[in-house]
Amino acid sequence: MSQRRFVRLSRRQILRGLLATSAFGIAKYGTGCASTPSTSASPEGSASSPAAGGGQTTLGFIYVGPKDDYGYNQAHAEGAAGMAKKFPWAKLVEEANVPETSAVAESMRSMIDIDGAVALFPTSFGYFDPHILKMAAEYPDVQFFHAGGLYQEGKTPKNIGSYFGYIDESQYIAGIVAALTSKSGKLGFVGAKPIPQVLRNINAFTLGARSVKPSITTQVVFTGNWAEPIKEAEATNSMADQGIDVVTCHVDSPKVVMETAEKRGIYSSGYHANQSALAPKGYLTGAEWDWTNIYSKVAEEVHAGKKLSDGGIPHILRGGLKDGFCKISPYGPAVGAEAKKAADAAQAKLKDGSLVIYKGELKDNKGAVIIPAGQSMKQEDPKLETMNYLVEGVLGSIGS
Amino acid sequence: MSSWRRSFESISLSFGAILAGLLLFGIFCAAVGQNPFAVYGSIWKSAFGSWQTFQNTLIRAAPLMLTALCTALPARLGLVIIGNEGALVVGGLAAISIGLAMGTALPPVLSQIAMAIAGMIAGGLWIMAAGALKHYRAVNETISSLLLNYVAIALLNHLVGGPMRDPSSLNKPSTFPLSEAVMLGQIPGTRVHWGLLYGIVACAIAYFLIQRTTFGFAARTAGGNIRAARIAGLPVGQLTLTVCFLAGSCAGLAGMVEVAAIQGSANESLNVGYGYGGILVAFAARHNPLAAIFISLLVGGILASGGILQRAHNLPDATVLMFEGIVFLAVLYSDSLYGKIPWFKEKPLVVSPPSPPSSPGQEPVVIS
Repeated sequence: MSQRRFVRLSRRQILRGLLATSAFGIAKYGTGCASTPSTSASPEGSASSPAAGGGQTTLGFIYVGPKDDYGYNQAHAEGAAGMAKKFPWAKLVEEANVPETSAVAESMRSMIDIDGAVALFPTSFGYFDPHILKMAAEYPDVQFFHAGGLYQEGKTPKNIGSYFGYIDESQYIAGIVAALTSKSGKLGFVGAKPIPQVLRNINAFTLGARSVKPSITTQVVFTGNWAEPIKEAEATNSMADQGIDVVTCHVDSPKVVMETAEKRGIYSSGYHANQSALAPKGYLTGAEWDWTNIYSKVAEEVHAGKKLSDGGIPHILRGGLKDGFCKISPYGPAVGAEAKKAADAAQAKLKDGSLVIYKGELKDNKGAVIIPAGQSMKQEDPKLETMNYLVEGVLGSIGS
Repeated sequence: MSSWRRSFESISLSFGAILAGLLLFGIFCAAVGQNPFAVYGSIWKSAFGSWQTFQNTLIRAAPLMLTALCTALPARLGLVIIGNEGALVVGGLAAISIGLAMGTALPPVLSQIAMAIAGMIAGGLWIMAAGALKHYRAVNETISSLLLNYVAIALLNHLVGGPMRDPSSLNKPSTFPLSEAVMLGQIPGTRVHWGLLYGIVACAIAYFLIQRTTFGFAARTAGGNIRAARIAGLPVGQLTLTVCFLAGSCAGLAGMVEVAAIQGSANESLNVGYGYGGILVAFAARHNPLAAIFISLLVGGILASGGILQRAHNLPDATVLMFEGIVFLAVLYSDSLYGKIPWFKEKPLVVSPPSPPSSPGQEPVVIS
């Protein structure tokens, strides 16, 4: 009885459902036919082709945030896309918003197992330990390239490579431009955390500024985390209130800082990617990555069959303006001729190696001597990667 | 006496809601120019399709089972606790502190047990604080537990960036790493860590405790009507504190697992939203610990399919969140349909009941 009523009740339901589904199915049939085979065939195809030696090379990219964040992740995603556009044989598989947990290990695994990726570029620093280390040990034939990494000879698995750029060179140039544009002589820097990478950018920016105007100061505010839009806006606003008229930043997405600066009518200097669209009036220049260049180089080597494990590809890839790891954004409308000239001159000197950013006598902002007079630290110096001070002219402290 | 109809009602409503969510998601996919059936196929393949991919689902589900209990247990007592994230974070911190303090002096099993207990106690005390505030000072437990999350995260950032920082962790501040020997390994034959088993066992114990013991009965009574429970002489304060402690200890254990099985040290990756995920799981499971296991698997599967949606279908990275959101909205909405569908109702023996008019509002869930 209940059986019968169930049938009666749902008959209309079923009819309606069937109609809707079939209509939907028919409407979508064409695309269904076309796309299903291609999705099911592509993993097999790409998995076998690298083994065969020719054809496509599948490269996997993993980002910690969204691909359109106007910042770190966008810079990498643009680099990957630019590389894939150059080479018809490059097949790109990408995942964005992958947290630094077991999720990234699983993403890497599926890229290798399902998509047949032969080289992976997990671009966030925090992916390295333990996730990349584990996966590299498990898949010795796959090559892992890590941004900002920590390759240690003998300790790290041989199939891991590390690449990063000395973007502080770009920050140095941006500092020169900022100093020569600023009227108040006060610059601002919104930093995420007092870690070496960030400190190095703050210091280079300040040293650049003080190389042309020795009296200039940089006020630093740390927000405490990589994505703190509210605190970033607050910091920028309070800087504008203090009479600071050029701000720059090192956070994951500089969008908020740039927009707030524009709104307050002060100048801004970008970071990671080109943010001139966000601040058309006040954008001076910016320190940008040039990952297209680097990814193209690495991808070609991978495609040619070279390996990290036998030394065919160097384990540590580093470089600055000269090697095309980074660049500066085109000058904005507010940049004067004098600033352009000084910046171009410094850029030329950094490229030919006659200018060293960290040279004595260099004091920190508490008065202690970091580099004695007559000495200098080249960009490759590993000591710079453990930087834990702010140079003279920076207002602010690292805290604990 | 709940009959098979009642059980059938909850099963079919839950599954109906998930189906409805899938349908809505399909419409979304069609709207952005993807064939929904191909997307369904990919989701199935990448979440449950083979043992290889199912392990991905299991890995993602493991922490959710534990954090879900942090909301599900107090809910039976009528408390809405959402401090899962904070309890997880302090649990992880306590576990790493004990783990580092003990070093490799003791056999690994003992260190692991000590870490687990430390994590559970820390997480438990954290949520118990919210429970105590509720009981003694009548502070709203939802707000206080939510705010405790921020306290926990700030504490984590402070300790990891300052006193407990390993100076060699340059660009991602972390504590000193645990030695390889005391790490929780994988369940043999899989790549899934032991945390999954902890989760399942904890859910089973919680179910038994709430449904099959006098303690659970007392808790449910207090949850049903606190005044009646008081009049009946139940120790409501003690119940509140105990249940909150147990709830927090589950989330704290999740933190210990995250530290000891995955990260190997405590850093900001502890705080990536497992706690908030657990709240969703608990609500979708209607605070039933056994159902939480299956809902966790479902959510784990959804998360596991996030990759393929991006890689094979070029859908934006937020798609998986859309999917999760739609499914949860459907599940929560289906809650309001309980008892509304005549066919599921307990019927007294009637020879030929007048057939109920089936107006659209009374039909089964397929339409949502």
